[in-house]
Amino acid sequence: MIELRGVRKRFGAQVVLDGVDFDVNEGETVALLGPSGTGKSVLLKHIIGLLKPDAGTITVDGKNVARLKRKELVAYRQNIGYVFQNGALFDSMDVFENVRLGIVDEDKFKDLEYAQKRVAECIRLVNLQPEVIQKFPAELSGGMRKRVGIARAIAGSPKYLLYDEPTSGLDPVNADVIDALVQRLDEEIGVTSVMVTHDVRGAFRVADRLALLSEGKIVMQGTPQEFLASDHPKVKAFLERDFDNAQFAA
Amino acid sequence: MATASLDIRQVAGRFFLDGTTQVGRFTFFVGETLRAVPEVRIWWPRFIDEAWNIGVGSMFLVLLIAAFAGAVTALQAGYQFTGSLPYYIVGTLVVSAVILELGPVLTALVLSGRIGARYAAQLGTMRVTEQIDALESLGRSPYSHLVLPRVLAALVMIPMMTMVANAAGILAGWWSVKLVLPVTNMDFVYGAQWFFRPWDAYYSFIKSIFFGGTIGLVSCFMGIGTQQGAEGVGRAATGAVVSSSVLALLLDVLVTKVLLNQ
Repeated sequence: MIELRGVRKRFGAQVVLDGVDFDVNEGETVALLGPSGTGKSVLLKHIIGLLKPDAGTITVDGKNVARLKRKELVAYRQNIGYVFQNGALFDSMDVFENVRLGIVDEDKFKDLEYAQKRVAECIRLVNLQPEVIQKFPAELSGGMRKRVGIARAIAGSPKYLLYDEPTSGLDPVNADVIDALVQRLDEEIGVTSVMVTHDVRGAFRVADRLALLSEGKIVMQGTPQEFLASDHPKVKAFLERDFDNAQFAA
Repeated sequence: MATASLDIRQVAGRFFLDGTTQVGRFTFFVGETLRAVPEVRIWWPRFIDEAWNIGVGSMFLVLLIAAFAGAVTALQAGYQFTGSLPYYIVGTLVVSAVILELGPVLTALVLSGRIGARYAAQLGTMRVTEQIDALESLGRSPYSHLVLPRVLAALVMIPMMTMVANAAGILAGWWSVKLVLPVTNMDFVYGAQWFFRPWDAYYSFIKSIFFGGTIGLVSCFMGIGTQQGAEGVGRAATGAVVSSSVLALLLDVLVTKVLLNQ
């Protein structure tokens, strides 16, 4: 379980997170919504320990992430798969080596036979052709890069998956493919997921619960139906833009 | 007047704070790099790749610069000394100038441009495209995977390239002086040996180790601290070249003072 309590973060004079309280229960998929630049990705980076809060606590499975020591943090991160906004694939490595790096167990990583099997399995899970493993990131389309990023994130069989804008920059057809993939992975490998997005339609399709981040605070958490029924002005304003799509998806 | 003095104090205060922050960050960076040393199985293969890249990739440039510097030194010495000093002095001058100063310093300046910009741009691009964050999110250290192999490659290869540059500079000087002056091989070798002490070669090598370490550390530090997209990568690459070149020149004076003028 992921619990954030009173998390604050500022960069210089700019307050990005201003007392965030946020929960994710085991096995559920939560979509974190909010306009661009409201600190959604910053919040995700706090969960994996890439950033430390100025105040507040982030507790995952009872561990305070900000207080983990170096080795504990490495072990903690092995339980989390992080899908970066633009894939963040290593350009100097081919797809096979990129996905292989996701195998966090050092013995399994070194076992070439296991690595080949696991990479092929992950590539299949994200609906890519086996031939893609020999390609370099520069030879892939945006949608394929995102899928390879997801394959790398699941290669270590994590307990949690954190998606940072998995559909941003994609056309609607490819965005739907990624949404369906996220949904299928949640069902097939049974992970707990947090998906940062400003795509309301995708969030309504994929998530069990939604949370809206605005001006550094979570203004509402609830099911898609609760969001649709909400009178909160910020929720209404945010959903209005994509309201028909959201209703359609719900 | 009071406002002007306040402004100066603010500027000085900000400069001091920025300076101490950078020193703190650099110290942390060096500490993290040293902590990665035991992870030999991770950095060794990458170190070999980087060392090969520096050696093969920079060889032509280093040979070219060193050869021209050696040749010009020999020709200018010949021009200045003709009629006033014996010709074998040209051998003395070429060997001393190349080994003591031109070889190490020119190699450092050329490689701070070539390697410094390359390291800072590579790591900077990896930083702004979140590849370094991705590495950390996978529980892997960017210091053992990215920084240490590059720093060690610079530390090992720059001294080796300096030795190659020294040889190229001396040979080019020898060859070019023979073309324009009546200097025999025996004259040149006699002059070269006249003032030569083995310590000069050690000094050249030790100095280049300092240059290699500085170029590797500074350019990786600039690269890994990159912020703000393509603009930031450009700033990091420029900063790496300028800082490592200036530091190499400062170290040149310092190491010379310590090793030659005790």
